[in-house]
Amino acid sequence: MDPVFAFLALLTTAGAVAAVSLRNLVHCALCLVVAFAGLAALYLQLNAQFIGFAQILVYVGAVAILIVFAILLTRGSEPGNQPILSSSWQAGLGVAVLVLGALGVAVASSFVRYYPVSPAPQPTVRELGEQLMTNYVLPLEVIGLLLTAAMIGAVIIAMHEKQGPR
Amino acid sequence: MQEILDQLFVLLKAWLVGFFPLPWQPLVSILISVAALILVFALLFAVATILERKGLGRIQNRYGPNRVGPCGFFQPIADGLKMLIKEDIVPSGADRVVHFLAPIALVAPVLLAFSVLPYGRNMAPIDLDAGIVVFFAVGAGTELAVFMAGWSSRNKYSLLGAMRAIAQMISYEVPLILSSVTVIMIVGSLRPIQIVEAQAGYQGWLPAWHVFTPWGLAGFLLFAIAATAESNRSPFDMPEGESEIVAGYFVEYSGFKFALFFMGEYFGMFAISGLAITLFLGGWHAPLPFLEKSIPSYVWFFVKLFGFIAMFIWLRGTLPRLRVDQLMNFAWKFVLPMTLLNILAAGLWRFLPAGATRWLVCLVILLGAFLALGRSMVARRKWSPRKYRFAE
Amino acid sequence: MTPLHQYLFLSALLFGVGLAGALTRRNAIIVLIGIELMLNAANLNFIAFWRFSRHPELATGLMFVLFSIGIAAAEAAVGLALIIAIYRHYRTANLDQFDSMKG
Repeated sequence: MDPVFAFLALLTTAGAVAAVSLRNLVHCALCLVVAFAGLAALYLQLNAQFIGFAQILVYVGAVAILIVFAILLTRGSEPGNQPILSSSWQAGLGVAVLVLGALGVAVASSFVRYYPVSPAPQPTVRELGEQLMTNYVLPLEVIGLLLTAAMIGAVIIAMHEKQGPR
Repeated sequence: MQEILDQLFVLLKAWLVGFFPLPWQPLVSILISVAALILVFALLFAVATILERKGLGRIQNRYGPNRVGPCGFFQPIADGLKMLIKEDIVPSGADRVVHFLAPIALVAPVLLAFSVLPYGRNMAPIDLDAGIVVFFAVGAGTELAVFMAGWSSRNKYSLLGAMRAIAQMISYEVPLILSSVTVIMIVGSLRPIQIVEAQAGYQGWLPAWHVFTPWGLAGFLLFAIAATAESNRSPFDMPEGESEIVAGYFVEYSGFKFALFFMGEYFGMFAISGLAITLFLGGWHAPLPFLEKSIPSYVWFFVKLFGFIAMFIWLRGTLPRLRVDQLMNFAWKFVLPMTLLNILAAGLWRFLPAGATRWLVCLVILLGAFLALGRSMVARRKWSPRKYRFAE
Repeated sequence: MTPLHQYLFLSALLFGVGLAGALTRRNAIIVLIGIELMLNAANLNFIAFWRFSRHPELATGLMFVLFSIGIAAAEAAVGLALIIAIYRHYRTANLDQFDSMKG
């Protein structure tokens, strides 16, 4: 196994496991950032330069900050020694293990194990931009609309409710 | 001779790399670049601190530091020694690991940002196809470091300062990126080197820099405003507003960790000035045609960088600090619409035939928007004589 | 060069971790973190398949991931806004206690 890949895979997995298992929520968010950064490095390993940096820009710069803000806004009134697992955690863990097992068996038994390594593609940002402006114009417009709608929706949902009946 | 002087550092690096066996050469080349970057910018940091303290002193009618060395110019060495031997205090309630990692997480991304800027002809440490995206991506990393510092200190002032800093950095990141989008649109590339090369040449005496076009000038001014806010410099230094929240997110840091925060802030200022120079001020190109050959390209980059540093010091000495609500209103109601209209102006500039018409159209759009937005922001204010309630 | 199936195993592992987090934790924000991890695992799959595809110049996988990142950002914003709104109502971000549909 490639040592760089092994290191990044270990980092990403460790970050992901810590992000869903630690007790302190802020630590969870910071470990999630480690996982995101590891994934971005994996994208760079796979020659997807632009996507790797976009991943850092969006996930580390925006999503992680959002999560951190939400954590700070939603804590305080809970006692510290509550259990961190939900009441039906055994069933949830069972489902997760089943899914992981199914995925693992599927990958292990599929033909991709013998897939040849193709020469590394070098996509330029210009090519990506041209694709976005020709073949993918409609999805681009739709995602712009979606982001606008999501932003307005998020603001309206999180806005303070008016006191008393309207 | 001038050719050699211009390429002096490139040749020096090639000569040094030549001593190593072939498989090691890429690694050695990277290490030399990294060492040079850290050395140059650490030196620049020292020079900038002393210049800032002296300049601010002059603006405020005092001498500034004048004891250590000739005219006080060895003050940074004394400061550095003091920082190194000071006790490193960690608050007892602090989250030790995060508290320790925060200054590192602040300085490392900024150093990464230095690696994509072209400092002179053939002098970009790494030549990436998506260089500008890299710059903004690593810039986003510093926000998290600020949060880590503020949260882990377990201090209300720290947390407030961190929240202010993050809100401010996120708000001004949008206009920062949108104002650089104009340049990317016109040049058609995210490669810093290509952006600099697009600004080569002269029209008469005027260099073909982006700042000498209507959209470029507007973009440059908006970029400079957003850059000032992004690097937490006065008049946008609410995150550390000493008079309100002591020193913001790094109250609980002392000794060398504090020095790292201080350094990170200055490094951020240098990096973002470097990006402004690359995008709008022609990178390493000379301002006048006859200077292009006689003075090496990297000298021009650093001359421009010192110009930026002087401007930041001047601003800090001149302008009072804004309030948080004023800052947010300014970002979302003035700077952001202006950058969006600037993108429209740049698009028109690209497709209208060259000549006086496109100057007129762009100027009308930008000046009209400036006047309308400015007027509407001022008109909503209710001015009244100030009452001093506590000073009687 | 790492073969394709190792990336797929890593992606499956990340998906499993995210799913386990989303299904077992009580805090709504951790559930959202788990969902983000699952989305990222899918993105890794897309990029890996693109890298090993016969026509990488079409950039289909890259485009899919670009849009997926945009959707994930929208999803995070709306999800966290919902969590904050619910927290304001129940004074808790604890999923076990959101058990009535009456507002």
